[in-house]
Amino acid sequence: MSTVKLTVNGRAVSVDVEDRTLLVHLLRDHLNLTGTHVGCDTSQCGACVVHMDGRAVKSCTMLAGQADGANVTTIEGIAKGDELHPMQAAFRDNHGLQCGYCTPGMIMSAIDIVQRHGGELDESTVRQELEGNICRCTGYHNIVKAVLDAAGRMKVSQAAE
Amino acid sequence: MGVEGIGARVVRKEDKRFITGKGRYVDDIKLLGMTYAHFIRSPHAHAKVKKIDASAALKLPGVVAVLTGQELVDDKVGNLICGWAITSKDGSPMKMGAWPAMAPETVRFVGQAVAVVIADSKNLARDAAEAVVVDYEELPVVADVRAAIKAGAPQLHPEAPGNQVYDWVIGDEAATDAAFAKAANVVKMDLTNNRLAPNPMEPRSAVASYDTAEEHFTLYTTSQNPHVARLVLSAFYNIAPEHKLRVIAPDVGGGFGSKIYIYPEEMVALWASKKTGRPVKWTSDRTEAFLTDAHGRDHVTHAEMAFDANNKITGLKVKTYANFGAYMSLFSSAVPTYLYATLLSGQYNIPQIHAEVIGVYTNTTPVDAYRGAGRPEASYLVERMMETAARQLNVDPAALRKNNFITQFPHQTPVIMAYDTGDFNASLDAAMKAIDYAGFPARKAKAKADGKLRGIGLSCYIEACGIAPSKAVGSLGAGVGLWESAEVRVNPVGTIEVLTGSHSHGQGHETVFAQLISDRLGIPISQVSIVHGDTDKVQFGMGTYGSRSAAVGLTAILKAVEKVETKAKKIAAHALEASEADIVIENGEFKVTGTDKAIALPMVALAAYTAHNLPDGMEPGLKESAFYDPSNFTFPAGTYICELEVDPGTGKTSFVNFVAADDFGRLINPMIVEGQVHGGLVQGIGQALLEHAMYDANGQPVTASFMDYAMPRADDVPSFNLSHTTTLCPGNPLGIKGCGEAGAIGASAAVINAITDAIGKNNLEMPATPDRVWRTIHAA
Repeated sequence: MSTVKLTVNGRAVSVDVEDRTLLVHLLRDHLNLTGTHVGCDTSQCGACVVHMDGRAVKSCTMLAGQADGANVTTIEGIAKGDELHPMQAAFRDNHGLQCGYCTPGMIMSAIDIVQRHGGELDESTVRQELEGNICRCTGYHNIVKAVLDAAGRMKVSQAAE
Repeated sequence: MGVEGIGARVVRKEDKRFITGKGRYVDDIKLLGMTYAHFIRSPHAHAKVKKIDASAALKLPGVVAVLTGQELVDDKVGNLICGWAITSKDGSPMKMGAWPAMAPETVRFVGQAVAVVIADSKNLARDAAEAVVVDYEELPVVADVRAAIKAGAPQLHPEAPGNQVYDWVIGDEAATDAAFAKAANVVKMDLTNNRLAPNPMEPRSAVASYDTAEEHFTLYTTSQNPHVARLVLSAFYNIAPEHKLRVIAPDVGGGFGSKIYIYPEEMVALWASKKTGRPVKWTSDRTEAFLTDAHGRDHVTHAEMAFDANNKITGLKVKTYANFGAYMSLFSSAVPTYLYATLLSGQYNIPQIHAEVIGVYTNTTPVDAYRGAGRPEASYLVERMMETAARQLNVDPAALRKNNFITQFPHQTPVIMAYDTGDFNASLDAAMKAIDYAGFPARKAKAKADGKLRGIGLSCYIEACGIAPSKAVGSLGAGVGLWESAEVRVNPVGTIEVLTGSHSHGQGHETVFAQLISDRLGIPISQVSIVHGDTDKVQFGMGTYGSRSAAVGLTAILKAVEKVETKAKKIAAHALEASEADIVIENGEFKVTGTDKAIALPMVALAAYTAHNLPDGMEPGLKESAFYDPSNFTFPAGTYICELEVDPGTGKTSFVNFVAADDFGRLINPMIVEGQVHGGLVQGIGQALLEHAMYDANGQPVTASFMDYAMPRADDVPSFNLSHTTTLCPGNPLGIKGCGEAGAIGASAAVINAITDAIGKNNLEMPATPDRVWRTIHAA
């Protein structure tokens, strides 16, 4: 057993876990943050994507101990109270989700994509960048639309800040 | 149409919880004292289970129990069932091999469970499973359907000699042979419909608990049809009587058919929760999903189509070997028979059809309905044949189709189905216009100049949905009726709860069903709640599959809301001192027509519940229920056209354009309909280009993770150009046909027809990987 200290969604937490515990299980089983999902166990599907120190990571592919001292943001931590993150709003407005299972990972990856590319996004770039997130419901059509829509919204909201 | 009524593109009510991480899936549920199950699965495709030694595992800390198949037998837990009886051409019933939830004696596919470890944590259960020693005696294996039917092949079940489940026929063989004898041209093809893994993103999961005082079970499970699960668990597996078993399917992360069935793991979780006295959770990992979720498709077919001198189809002969895997899953028997061969007429006037389907056991994962279920296999066959026929007859493929379209309705096909309505020319014309079909030769020539092979492929699909008229399916062997039920409860303050036996696992029922209520009663959808997925809340229901939730489930809701309206009008008439016949419902108010006298819905509801001043003899309250049994299947149909380029140097395919023109009858929420089509199209494209659940000769699965099985990803597929042509379904009052499966049914033929057009060769199997396409281009 080890003690892992980290910040999750702005809150400092200290958790005793077995050394083999993955970050996703620390979030789901110990902190009850069940919005982050496990879809494949092999780093392929991206249902488990969270942000660690501002970067998208697959939380099923990291030991919890590797997140010691890190700042982790999950799907539960991106809205400001009742105000949705522009990416969340864009997924809803563009019908970018159906069953919802891949959605948290999609949204966390998509935010990372927009942040890395700034305003320089087009359909082809979004499709290539989403390669590590699998959705079985939407056929990606509306997810791509949502990410491009949110890219515009995020630019506007950044400009306003 | 109101702003939130029928036809409105309303964003989904259910989305907020999913985009904020507040969805509630089965694996998110924790119960006090919960234990975790880990199954011990056979590494062999066929073997005798000689001995299971759990003594070392039981000594490990945190291990509660190790339970085996023999204990299931001792406790008289029933075997898994197949709920649709099929009769062979010789009159004999289908031959079912026994399928125990954990194998006490013989395993017949890799991944079949032989025992389960119950422990205090997931990791402890997994560790303990490593310490259980199982002695197997390996038996000869047959994993391929062609090998399984040969004389001397290894035999799976003593009940099924020759590994044959059934040899079933449909249509008039003599008349079909006569049509072929007179044919001017005959087109022949051998076609394989590749085996697929459904792979909803949420793996299956079960949380079971047992209340010793009440002798009552609760099961949270990833199900598309919780009431059917309860019925089967109760009536056939002897878990508990129905009133002592509550089944809850909360948010479910996709199904595509694979979550219809009641699998061994859910059953064992329930049984183990009573045996151990502790709640039991089991959650599949992805590899377990590949090993144990029912697969789809897997047909090997020879087909021949006869034409007269005017290029009219005169007959179709089909012989299909359907691979069922090692056991007959819940609805598997119906898929390659009544859901497949009954659609072999496609959109065409075909006077004579004869089909023979031979169901075969192999040492592979069981096969059952996967999105489309039989209809994709039929549509693929017919549409590959039509495209190949056009090339052989040297006519334009669109013109050949138009020359043979059914244009008069109703139309009785020679294979049971009676098409009620449609306009196949309209959807073909719409798709041809959308893709600029006339301009294709110029685009092909330009691509050729750039070193690319450009192709265009059509697929004019038809499906039978709105499953299903109970009397009809009963006469064909179904063990259940396929109606749907609903209850509409108006609360005393005028808000509404709708209880439905349909189940949403991505389809957006919470929005779509509320739109009907908004349309009828004029209230915002925010004042309507849709309650589903819990056998304690909803009386009964058949669940969601076969594109049935709008055509059947929503019609049941309509029937219930009509009853509510009738009673509410009586109350309003009484309150307004008017005649009931003069009451109309407008914008949430009950009005006396032609006057300004009105009473709002909440006041009518309040009157119903205070019961201070109701018409004489009226019962208080405002709540009605209805069962709706459709009179026929519905027949969604349409045309998909794919234009793509093949790089002759690599065999790689790149999409140029993909258009869809669908006729789904009335659309309730076009945004949601489009989403269903997008998703279906990508599953069809996945089958055509990427996906194949494969086994080696020893029955070892070689595609058991997302690293080996190619799921379609965002950069594998295009955006789509969708449109709708509409003929209203006459079989239900809303005119709905259903949209959930169309994309998966129609897309794969369009893709393969386009590739074969591009490369100028007719024979190309799915998935058309770059390797396979390159070899086909360069084959002699």
